[in-house]
Amino acid sequence: MTKIKSLDELRKKKQQLEQNLEIREKSDHPESLVQIKVAMATCGIASGARTVMNALVEKIRNDKIPAVVTQTGCMGYCYAEPTVEVKKPGHDPVVFSYVDVKKAEEIIDKYIKNNELLDGILPANYQTI
Amino acid sequence: MYKMQLLVCGGTGCQASASATIVEKLNESLKAHGLTEDAQVVTTGCFGFCEKGPIVKVIPDNTFYTQVTPEDAEEIVTEHILKGRKVNRLLYENPETKEHISDSKHMGFYQKQMRIALRNCGFIDPENIDEYIARDGYSALAQVITELTPEQAIDMLKQSGLRGRGGAGFPTGLKWEFTRKYTADQKYVVCNADEGDPGAFMDRSILEGDPNTVIEAMAICGYCVGATKGVVYIRAEYPLAIKRLEIAIEQANEYGLLGKNILGTDFSFDLELRYGAGAFVCGEETGLIASMEGGRGEPNFKPPFPAESGYNKKPTCVNNVETFANVPVIFLKGPEWFNTIGTEKSKGTKVFALAGKINNVGLIEVPMGITLREIIFEIGGGIKDGKKFKAVQTGGPSGGCLTEKHLDTPIDFDSLLAAGSMMGSGGMIVMDEDDCMVSIAKFYLEFIVEESCGKCTPCRVGNKRMLEILEKICQGKGDMDDLDHLRNFAYVIRDTALCGLGQTSPNPVLSTLDNFYDEYVAHVKDKKCEAKQCKALATYTIIPEACTGCTVCARNCPTDAITGERRQPHFINQDLCIRCGVCYTKCKFNAILVQ
Repeated sequence: MTKIKSLDELRKKKQQLEQNLEIREKSDHPESLVQIKVAMATCGIASGARTVMNALVEKIRNDKIPAVVTQTGCMGYCYAEPTVEVKKPGHDPVVFSYVDVKKAEEIIDKYIKNNELLDGILPANYQTI
Repeated sequence: MYKMQLLVCGGTGCQASASATIVEKLNESLKAHGLTEDAQVVTTGCFGFCEKGPIVKVIPDNTFYTQVTPEDAEEIVTEHILKGRKVNRLLYENPETKEHISDSKHMGFYQKQMRIALRNCGFIDPENIDEYIARDGYSALAQVITELTPEQAIDMLKQSGLRGRGGAGFPTGLKWEFTRKYTADQKYVVCNADEGDPGAFMDRSILEGDPNTVIEAMAICGYCVGATKGVVYIRAEYPLAIKRLEIAIEQANEYGLLGKNILGTDFSFDLELRYGAGAFVCGEETGLIASMEGGRGEPNFKPPFPAESGYNKKPTCVNNVETFANVPVIFLKGPEWFNTIGTEKSKGTKVFALAGKINNVGLIEVPMGITLREIIFEIGGGIKDGKKFKAVQTGGPSGGCLTEKHLDTPIDFDSLLAAGSMMGSGGMIVMDEDDCMVSIAKFYLEFIVEESCGKCTPCRVGNKRMLEILEKICQGKGDMDDLDHLRNFAYVIRDTALCGLGQTSPNPVLSTLDNFYDEYVAHVKDKKCEAKQCKALATYTIIPEACTGCTVCARNCPTDAITGERRQPHFINQDLCIRCGVCYTKCKFNAILVQ
């Protein structure tokens, strides 16, 4: 370990180290964040949900978006996998279908950042408790 | 970069239930499923909910798994991490609604808590200083030593209203100021990690869960009082806390956050550990210093206070672990922020170790001014097995028992003193209708007699005499005069003992005499112990209708007091019965009546 020699160096160090704790900090107050759920059942994984999830996690980190990405079980739309549910604070959840890496980025750029809806939204026909 | 993290409690309690093996199994399982890039296992400090340990918390969805066994590891990985399905059977179950609660924030145990001293416990890996730095660790130290003069820093601490968390509640800022006032070629900062109260484990948990916060605070204290050396006096019974402190000190040294010219300033600070053998009296600061110097752990007369002449006869500032744990946050968030929490004279929060006949045993941190009712019935989940609340003992052997009538008093340093108890280090032992208060007082006195250092007569002899009287009462041989004697002894010891521990040692007796006088009278006059704890006061009889004549009791009775024919009701000869209770425990037909 190299020595930290000044207040500035400590601050820089902190910024480098923050990333690893970021998901813990965020999970401490999830209700104030955008919650993104990727369906990761067998059907989802087979259609490439894992790559989509990686892309989402990556983009959220790079664009510094106050969001937390979690995985969930099968939402029942096996025909439309991979599916991604986005719940913005104060909004009803929206489920996007046939999400690939490109669409995942669109969801963030258009829906999460600017509230623009995209094609391929599935009707919300369920309630979560 | 990890998408998920599994936080596994690595406190002493959960480790005793194999949490280290859980970590191993989780890692094996992640590896087997090729998930090591996606999920990371982190060993953290105590989550506080020891009743339901070992705890595994999955981030980012905040799923709180309780009573996890090593065998459950595979299921957590394949179900939750791989497929995103929560393992319902491991979730906490609301005892009333029987509903599974997955997020700890929705559990009654956590809802009323506010974590300042425990802010990193159960959140970061205590063996990795980087995680502490990522949580603003050492920023307070950096700010203080680069931007503030010691006087300014002490003023901030005084404004915050922080009071010592070790027991007496002395204002921390004042203590630092006193130590600063004296000039000497060497001064010391000492951390009291001796934690001697039976049932208290907050200091251990802080050191196990967040050792760096104590190190940082000690360095801040060193800068403020003008000390370049710090010593943590810790009991050798805390091996895990010692190990984590040693790791943290080593890492802080490597980063240059301890040692010479910290962060390029003129300030240097070194830290070492000193082990104690776990004596209650060494929690008293002069006793602690005597022990640190290699002498017997015996308190000395004050003044001179340690601030003037302490360790090696040099000015020494002694603070408790929990006190130190509050310090960095106060500098980061400002004294005004700290001032908004708590009551008028007791600011901030207090950590309590909840134990005894309560549903949720564990470690909690609550704002000062919360009521005992909130702690016991909301956070603690009420009394075990639906029994009736009788009393709660606070402050350990120096504290007292509080009853139903105190349940709605907002608790802080002063209100507890006024109620005849004290804050102490924060042990809280809950008692139900099956506890005999005379026996409880006897238990604490036994502890005091065992732990008294013997230096002064009132404590050494007085407490012994009091214990003898209590034993007499529990044997059914007491009379009403004994109750007066108890009180007299208590007052004399309180007024004449040398150190704080001696002076407060009669508190358990005094508070039970005040609050449960009738129970004492019942023991003395009617020779009855309602809680049926004092065996000598019980009479054992056999209910003829229930007795099947199986002869088990007769065969097990050590004094052959039980007679009777096979398959006929048996009979206990009261003159021979020594009230050992063996027949009661052996009888399978509930035919033994205890009165």
